[in-house]
Amino acid sequence: MKIKNILTPIAAGILLAAPTLHAETAYVSNEKDDTVSIIDLDTMKVTDTLNVGERPRGILFSKDYTKLYICASDSDTVQVMDLKTKLIIKELPSGEDPEQFALHPNDRHLYISNEDDALVTIVDTETSEVLAQIDVGVEPEGMAVSPDGKIAVNTSETTNMVHWIDTTTYQLIDNTLVDQRPRHVEFSKDSKILWASSEIGGTVSVINVNDRKIFKKISFKIKGVHPDKIQPVGVKLSDDGRYAFVALGPSNHIAVVNANTYEVEDYILVGRRVWHMDFNEDQSLLLSTNGISGDVSVIDISKMKAIKSIKVGRYPWGVIVKP
Amino acid sequence: MQFNSKRTKLTAAILLWAATSSASANIEVEISYLQQEIDNGPVLSNILPEPKDAGLKGAELAIQDSNTTGRFLKHNYQLNSFLSGSPEQLLEKAQEQYTQGVRFFVVNTTEQTLQLLIKSLAKDALFFNAGSSADQLRTKTCLPNLLHTIPSRSMLNDGLAQWLKTKRLQKVMMITGSEPNDKAYSAAFKRAAKRFGLKIIAEKQWSFDTDLRRTAQKEMPLFTQHRDYDVVFVADERGDFGEYVLYNTWLPRPVVGTQGLSPVTWHRVVEQHGAAQLQSRFEKLSNRWMNSKDYASWAAIRSVAEAVTRTNKNDATTVKSYIRSEAFELAGFKGRKLSYREWNGQLRQPIPLIHPRSLVSQSPQEGFLHPKNELDTLGFDQKEINCSNINK
Repeated sequence: MKIKNILTPIAAGILLAAPTLHAETAYVSNEKDDTVSIIDLDTMKVTDTLNVGERPRGILFSKDYTKLYICASDSDTVQVMDLKTKLIIKELPSGEDPEQFALHPNDRHLYISNEDDALVTIVDTETSEVLAQIDVGVEPEGMAVSPDGKIAVNTSETTNMVHWIDTTTYQLIDNTLVDQRPRHVEFSKDSKILWASSEIGGTVSVINVNDRKIFKKISFKIKGVHPDKIQPVGVKLSDDGRYAFVALGPSNHIAVVNANTYEVEDYILVGRRVWHMDFNEDQSLLLSTNGISGDVSVIDISKMKAIKSIKVGRYPWGVIVKP
Repeated sequence: MQFNSKRTKLTAAILLWAATSSASANIEVEISYLQQEIDNGPVLSNILPEPKDAGLKGAELAIQDSNTTGRFLKHNYQLNSFLSGSPEQLLEKAQEQYTQGVRFFVVNTTEQTLQLLIKSLAKDALFFNAGSSADQLRTKTCLPNLLHTIPSRSMLNDGLAQWLKTKRLQKVMMITGSEPNDKAYSAAFKRAAKRFGLKIIAEKQWSFDTDLRRTAQKEMPLFTQHRDYDVVFVADERGDFGEYVLYNTWLPRPVVGTQGLSPVTWHRVVEQHGAAQLQSRFEKLSNRWMNSKDYASWAAIRSVAEAVTRTNKNDATTVKSYIRSEAFELAGFKGRKLSYREWNGQLRQPIPLIHPRSLVSQSPQEGFLHPKNELDTLGFDQKEINCSNINK
């Protein structure tokens, strides 16, 4: 604020240019290497590889991007990394085998799925206090909190359900049966629609949040690929409401779905066994982790094509972009 | 602080939950698990014996998994398990269970005992074969109320032969043990060799009775002396002499079959496709590694539970027709959805090829194509069998 007083037009110009000087970075968790790779999105190169806990899978940032949360599954903890010092500053009591998690819009409450224990654990990231543990189905996996903060959703891979949790009471309010092995859930920006991918079922269920019923089921078809190999995992919705991108696992493609008509418009070829994705800030690029090829594909959204692949660690799992 | 307001909401939530769930009635599913304890006789390689509860623990885990799911739907699963060395006792138990209303039977026995059990109960009982790999049951006997979750010997050997073909290990020396099961295993391999174009250049019968723990290094090279072979195939299902073939062959060649690189239903080294989670749940339950028999029993009960979950019914007729319909799919931690072949009730599944410390490959191998489903390149395809009575 004080700087404002001494601002000259030139200084303002430099400040405006600052975001491009300070490149966006992507963070990738490498499940089999116990590391997180950092990619500079200007040079498209890995600039750093950080040692973290065992079997890192789900990763996410605090709202202000100062902290990185890491599900260190085999260390049975969620680690908190200070992004300035790149040091682990805290380990949260996550329950056993944390796999995926979601941060409540309040920036404090972390909803964690405990894959081995059929539980969802809710932790206050400031006090490290466990607020609640909720019984869900076998192998809880996908986690999401609605943007309005009212509902948390978890999927259980072997029970094949979407479990709906009230974020004020921490109670289970409903369950929706979906196709085999639900992996990932994603809310629309207005919190009205939930997308849930079923890896073995080969479908994405689109669910009305109000009545918690499936109103559309999307399936996929890629020429030359056996239907059994089309296994939807990650889902990412674009902010403009136009697209849903669905990572199709061992089919090595990402489906481009029209988020209004639910028709599949295109398939983008990426690396082998594609799982999770994230956009850069202006959403001109989409990054995907490819487990078997051990790389990250960079997709140019204007061309709907992968333009670059970046080698990272072994079995990259999650990817998130810091502006 | 705000605890009071929380509590009112909580009560409201419970009321809502009760209201929605009272609409659907409770469903009880009872499953009978019958295991025959088989004495394989004394074997030379007796250092690492098979666990006695192989199969049972898989069934128990499946019940646990299904109940975790079931509590959200008010479905409850119960396992009644019986282990005995005598087929007559198992038969008695099966009849008793049937009279008490049980219609789902998971059977881990020999081929003969399985047939005896099926014949003794009315046709509305549904059986899962989780123990016998006999090809005969899938090609000729073909009982309409029988499904198989354990792969046949042909499925296993097709998986192995595809890999040998891919690796260009074409010339095979075969060594077969003296038991009928070993001969059946060899017969399945010969069929696979013919299907996938491998050449059997020598066939040997194992009939020695020396203690190989002392003399393998002397006996085995002579026994495997032959001008040229790419690979040695061993058929020794009970593990009598097979372990001593490795590293003792005349020519330094890989060993495959029941020892060495083996095609299996399941093994601890399978960890992809979420299998790591199944493995750790199993270890927590039983303090040992999950094996093929455990997996077959697990898959059988999970199939019943999947049908009950989707149909909301627990009668054997509905469950059976759902399992045999196109809608059925089972997530079995093998990277593909599993379903049953309509022509002989066999569960289609990828076959892991393992050695005791790692997964080497998983069949079907790439490039072995099938007009409908590549998994059907493993085992008997529809056209190869005559099971006309299966849909009765």
